[in-house]
Amino acid sequence: MSLWLIIVIIGLGTYLIRLSFIGILGKVGVPGYIERPLRFVAPAVLAAIAVPELVAPEGTVAIGFDNLRLVAGIIAVAAAWKLRSMGPTIVAGMVSLWVLDWLF
Amino acid sequence: MALAGDRFKEGALVVAPLLLGTVPFGLIVGVTVASRDVDNLAGWATSLIIFAGAAQLALIDLVDTGAIAAVAIATPLVINLRMAMYSAALATHFRKLSVVDRLWMPYLLTDQSFVMSMARYRPDEDRVTIKWFYLGAGTMLWSTWLLATTAGVVVGAEVPAAWSLDFTIALVFLALLVPAVATRPALVAALVGGAVAVMSLDMPNGTGIIVATVAGVGAGSIADWRLSP
Repeated sequence: MSLWLIIVIIGLGTYLIRLSFIGILGKVGVPGYIERPLRFVAPAVLAAIAVPELVAPEGTVAIGFDNLRLVAGIIAVAAAWKLRSMGPTIVAGMVSLWVLDWLF
Repeated sequence: MALAGDRFKEGALVVAPLLLGTVPFGLIVGVTVASRDVDNLAGWATSLIIFAGAAQLALIDLVDTGAIAAVAIATPLVINLRMAMYSAALATHFRKLSVVDRLWMPYLLTDQSFVMSMARYRPDEDRVTIKWFYLGAGTMLWSTWLLATTAGVVVGAEVPAAWSLDFTIALVFLALLVPAVATRPALVAALVGGAVAVMSLDMPNGTGIIVATVAGVGAGSIADWRLSP
């Protein structure tokens, strides 16, 4: 399948997700069985993408201080928790990785 | 009309501090497009056609690592499913707007425009404020996003690999993840999603992410049901 077609399908799908409840006017309330699981999509999918990048950056699980991306990632989580802002979180994580890389 | 202009300006100014996150995020998406084995024009066009950073980043990564089309399509859409929640919350306000506005304005719906609009709207907000505050915030975020991703694509090829800038992808997802685990069931969803993703690393072509997400949503829902009074 061509990349352009993939992008257009995702764009259209994303638009329909954005439109969804606004499109049906908000006349009907959102049923609980839809609204409740939706709340857990973001934490589940974000963790599913981020955690393997830290725990297994080379494709196999590596938990320990010699996995610099795991250590830098934990520092970034602490920064995200404290600062609640994307820019500073990215800076904290990258600087940590560079310093660790230089030290070890 | 003066009120419309005021509200537009107010919306644009309110999101200004958030651009501190939008600019580096957009640069990262652009640099990722330029440095991966992905057609640069198509990669750049995701900013216009999809206009959702985390989904764009996931798509580029999946295409570059050779995921099958079904996974490359499903994963960004799952990431964007959270916007159905935003749509539901905004719908109660937007029903005051014209059909045409209700059809095109959701294109500008993002995490930031949603959070800022819901914080601004009073329970029985007037139509002018609903429309123009949202458009001010949305336009500011949209134009910044396009400028930042374009700049990223332009400088991207010059970034040395030794800078490990691919790590920024993980950092972007962590920065989005941390505020998303504000409740205990959400934390359960994240822990199970992350753990299952690690266990399913050997699954082909990125399908593990989908399996892990379903497991995480299931675990979060069960935790929610068990913990709710």
